[in-house]
Amino acid sequence: MASEWKNFEPVLIPDIANLRNIDVYLDNGGYEALKAVLGSEWTPSSVIGEVKAANIRGRGGAGFNAGLKWSFMPEPDGKPRYLACNGDESEPGTFKDRKLFEFNPHLFIEGALIAAYAMQCTTIYLYIRGEYIDWIHMMDRALQQAYDKGFIGENILGSDFSVDFYTHSGAGAYICGEETSMLESLEGKRGYPRVKPPFPAQNGLWGRPTTINNIETLANVPLVINKGADWFTSIGARNHPGSILYGISGQVNRPGVYELPSGVPILDLIHEVAGGVRNGKKLKAVIPGGSSTPVLRGDKLEGVTMDSDSLREAGSMLGTAGLVVMDEDTDMVDVLWRIAHFYHHESCGQCTPCREGTGWLEKVLLKIKNGEGEIRDLDLLLDVTTQMEGRTICALADAAAWPVRHTINRFRDEFEARCKRSTFATA
Amino acid sequence: MEYRFDKEELDQIEKIKARYPEVRPATLPVLWIAQNKFGHVGPKVQKLVAKTLDLPEAHIHGVAEFYTQYYKEEKGKFVLDVCTCLSCQVCGGYDILHYLEEKLGIETGETTEDGMFTIQQVECLGACGYAPMMQITNGVYVNHLTREKVDEVIEGLKNGKLPQFESKEMRKVNPQDR
Repeated sequence: MASEWKNFEPVLIPDIANLRNIDVYLDNGGYEALKAVLGSEWTPSSVIGEVKAANIRGRGGAGFNAGLKWSFMPEPDGKPRYLACNGDESEPGTFKDRKLFEFNPHLFIEGALIAAYAMQCTTIYLYIRGEYIDWIHMMDRALQQAYDKGFIGENILGSDFSVDFYTHSGAGAYICGEETSMLESLEGKRGYPRVKPPFPAQNGLWGRPTTINNIETLANVPLVINKGADWFTSIGARNHPGSILYGISGQVNRPGVYELPSGVPILDLIHEVAGGVRNGKKLKAVIPGGSSTPVLRGDKLEGVTMDSDSLREAGSMLGTAGLVVMDEDTDMVDVLWRIAHFYHHESCGQCTPCREGTGWLEKVLLKIKNGEGEIRDLDLLLDVTTQMEGRTICALADAAAWPVRHTINRFRDEFEARCKRSTFATA
Repeated sequence: MEYRFDKEELDQIEKIKARYPEVRPATLPVLWIAQNKFGHVGPKVQKLVAKTLDLPEAHIHGVAEFYTQYYKEEKGKFVLDVCTCLSCQVCGGYDILHYLEEKLGIETGETTEDGMFTIQQVECLGACGYAPMMQITNGVYVNHLTREKVDEVIEGLKNGKLPQFESKEMRKVNPQDR
């Protein structure tokens, strides 16, 4: 794997000017996969089979095989079925899907249309966070272009497949990136996650079968149809194939979104791709895949690569592949308190362990940050995380608990140094 | 002031309703139309939305309260949403926030006396690679903030000039690193 990434040519967002314009997209082979799929060579089930074989693992963070997810949809019964595209992108450190909206919207649209065909969906909703208003407008324009060319609507390209495709704007709520919360928000309600089961494939939007996919996940679909599952699985890490939109932020010289194969050594990403740590400082820590993925120590990154297996072994997760890089001067207590504040602010409040737990985490961390904490508060924090994890409807409580547990365990000396000496020690 | 939608907006609302199998999903989009028109979705605006969609006021209120981007009261002409979350924090988001407070003479959450500016601290806006950053009145993103850039933006806004949308291209690996 070592340096294979150096010769990689981007496929999700290739370097072609004005690709967002549908005519340029068509000139570059755009919508060929959709045409093929609607032709006589493919059936809905053969599309699902190919995508399943490609093992496109969900790029929204959970990493579930997209084709397998599609296969959970029940047989069509003539009533409405839905595809909901998740463009909520609210995990701190994540800013990749907006690149597809801005630079290659039709690849995503084509992928969503193929997915809708494979699952025989009648309507596609594209949920985008409200803050991305400029990108929502871009998608509205791109969808209009696709409608005008006959790729969306009634009897697409003369086939008997018809589907509508609409954007739906959020209005500021991290939780709406959780798939069932997103469905609630699409239904016009407060974004409260639903109890599962029933799963969305059985009981989704308005009680009908629904599948939710991330934007980047769907953008990979036309590539798989055009070039085949074998081509896709030959890219990057074996157990997590394909290219990834790595969002690199924090204290690096060249932050931004880069498209590279999965499985790039994390140190290459930081030092070579992103130009190293700012001002020649030493690397202290990196969060590999958005704020909920456990932080890794800078001195424990040798040999760690950006794929699910390697990161699990290192004690973290790939998540959304949004890396946040921190230099030697970073105050880990401050960072962790800010993360805890985020989850407290974003907890929807349905489940007690999360609503109260995230508050406790933030409050105790603030106390430590202000130099008023005691060593035993660290153990209290760790105890609270175990009381939250796995005890709630959705994964927000887990996402809040993991960074606290792992940041304290991996930088315990820093946390202890901020605590007051226990009273009995000086008595 | 009496709040009402005009013919054009009512037509737009009908089109939105046609996208969904029932009327309730139009709640968020119609709250957006209302906020863009009236500048907020306070209790009276919520009443209008409820009446227009023939939905219970309690439902509209519950939704408006849940989502942070809906303004439940009147704000300044320009709302400065400064991100201080994670990447923005480590890249100096708090310095920008405090500089703005000092410059405008108000605290976070307050509005200047002339009604021009409100400062808010917000959670991650998905611009992590371009930190520190802020969003202006649920609209344009202003990236890579420095004190000088903040001065420029505020000066422009005082003259009614919104910053331009900044397109951030995909990054490429440096040729010498290949």
